Amino acid sequence: MQDYESSLSDASSRKFETFSYLPPFTPEQTRAQIEYIVSKGWNPGIEHTEPENAGGHYWYMWKLPMFGETDVDAILKEVEACHAAHPNNHVRLLGFDNFAQSAGAAMVIYRGQTV
Amino acid sequence: MAKTYDAGVKEYRETYWMPDYTPKETDILACFKVTPQDGVPREEVAAAVAAESSTGTWTTVWTDLLTDLDYYKGRAYAIEDVPGDDTCFYAFIAYPIDLFEEGSVVNVMTSLVGNVFGFKALRALRLEDIRFPIAYVMTCNGPPQGIQMERDILNKYGRPLLGCTIKPKLGLSAKNYGRACYEGLRGGLDFTKDDENVNSQPFMRWRARFDFVMEAIHKAEAETGERKGHYLNVTAPTSDEMMKRAEYAKEIGAPIIMHDYITGGWSANTQLAQWCQDNGMLLHIHRAMHAVLDRNPHHGIHFRVLTKILRLSGGDHLHSGTVVGKLEGDRDATLGWIDIMRDSYIKEDRSRGIFFDQDWGAMPGVLPVASGGIHVWHMPALVNIFGDDSVLQFGGGTLGHPWGNAAGAAANRVAVEACVEARNMGRELEKEGKEILTSAAKNSPELAAAMETWKEIKFEFDTVDKLDVSHK
Repeated sequence: MQDYESSLSDASSRKFETFSYLPPFTPEQTRAQIEYIVSKGWNPGIEHTEPENAGGHYWYMWKLPMFGETDVDAILKEVEACHAAHPNNHVRLLGFDNFAQSAGAAMVIYRGQTV
Repeated sequence: MAKTYDAGVKEYRETYWMPDYTPKETDILACFKVTPQDGVPREEVAAAVAAESSTGTWTTVWTDLLTDLDYYKGRAYAIEDVPGDDTCFYAFIAYPIDLFEEGSVVNVMTSLVGNVFGFKALRALRLEDIRFPIAYVMTCNGPPQGIQMERDILNKYGRPLLGCTIKPKLGLSAKNYGRACYEGLRGGLDFTKDDENVNSQPFMRWRARFDFVMEAIHKAEAETGERKGHYLNVTAPTSDEMMKRAEYAKEIGAPIIMHDYITGGWSANTQLAQWCQDNGMLLHIHRAMHAVLDRNPHHGIHFRVLTKILRLSGGDHLHSGTVVGKLEGDRDATLGWIDIMRDSYIKEDRSRGIFFDQDWGAMPGVLPVASGGIHVWHMPALVNIFGDDSVLQFGGGTLGHPWGNAAGAAANRVAVEACVEARNMGRELEKEGKEILTSAAKNSPELAAAMETWKEIKFEFDTVDKLDVSHK
């Protein structure tokens, strides 16, 4: 029998939706997910936020979504550039599916210090 | 030239059997599986079904001549063998759209599955499929929010949603019930769910349940930073009472409510769905009583029809069966009605039991809910079968975890994310499921314990209602 530890006072209890119950991705794992977004024909987009403002629908857009971008390295580079510019923020990568008018994929790649 | 009135009993096929009729784009089409009494010709039976489900009665009446019956009548336009079963045949019938009130699945079904099902010339009758023309679809309100809106409201992308039905289904106090919800939600579920029989019994009145559950949602959201919901069951003895409960759920900020659309009735369901759309609420639909109607392969209403009825009447989630769990459901047939729930255009596909093309136009889709006897070991198959646009619901498979609901929820959440990650990498889930879960369990003691608890459980009974594809 083991206790399931989570509490309001323990900031590490905060999660980030899809893939946040797995350990943070290695660069190879991230690359595989970007390849998936590209293979689906979705448009990659990057968003970030201060951890204390993570609850809303709108995070800050990092530039515009990369419409038509299929180069995994170019996408990774933008994710890294966003992280470098906002090292304390959560940075998430989305794959916008314009037919479903929804994100087909969304994952936090860099996890800031939760509050 | 005007007809003359000729009293008496006519053969149905003189009027209602029209093998040369080409159905119109606006016709409502139905496919019935007909098991006739011995010695009655197929054409006569098919025509009788068309007559009795539209304009006809057993004898000619003089008022028939006051209208254009040849326009209003249902037309039996085709007959087909049922593969592998010569006790019955398929009859295809076309109905002019004028026969049905706009936006009323109640009216459509009152005709199509009305008196005709008790007709003596038939031994059994089953409504296999209906084609609703887009002209009729557009008169219905449909799902209150739809899949894309639900994802946006709840901030859930790129994976199936996770739910859990609270057990024991009856007998918990409101406070203990809320505790069970809270534990599941804080462990990583998106939803918890009222069981269908939970309405407002003496041991737990609805209002107390709503209040305690809402506190559970709020605390779990604050704790995890994720959006959560609980399907508050507003199914009630009267539609006034149902609306009262729905209004209160909205007042306390609940994102989603629930209704049992068959026992509660399609009229109440359509009313509730329209209210949900007007009030920004999601609507989860349970299907108690469906198996009474859809399980017998020769008599009743196929679930794909009940699925279409729900999409028209309105609901954002609908239970679909799991394929792999404890409840009945053939895999190909289930895939067929999952498409009917979610897609905007579904092609005729007999290998999935779909008899007609169905165009939903702009009508939003419904999320299929896989629920009943499933646990973490089923996760790879479930993700593969249902894809992202689904709700995977583990009741016993969450609450039965040896360390409790939060650990059970976390186990399922880790498992679903590991499966989605692996699928996105191109791995074959149903082949590699064991390795995927075993590897994920290395970082999740909760998942490891769940895998240990449930590893031997399987459900491998044969299905009673199979698709009619086996040729003798």
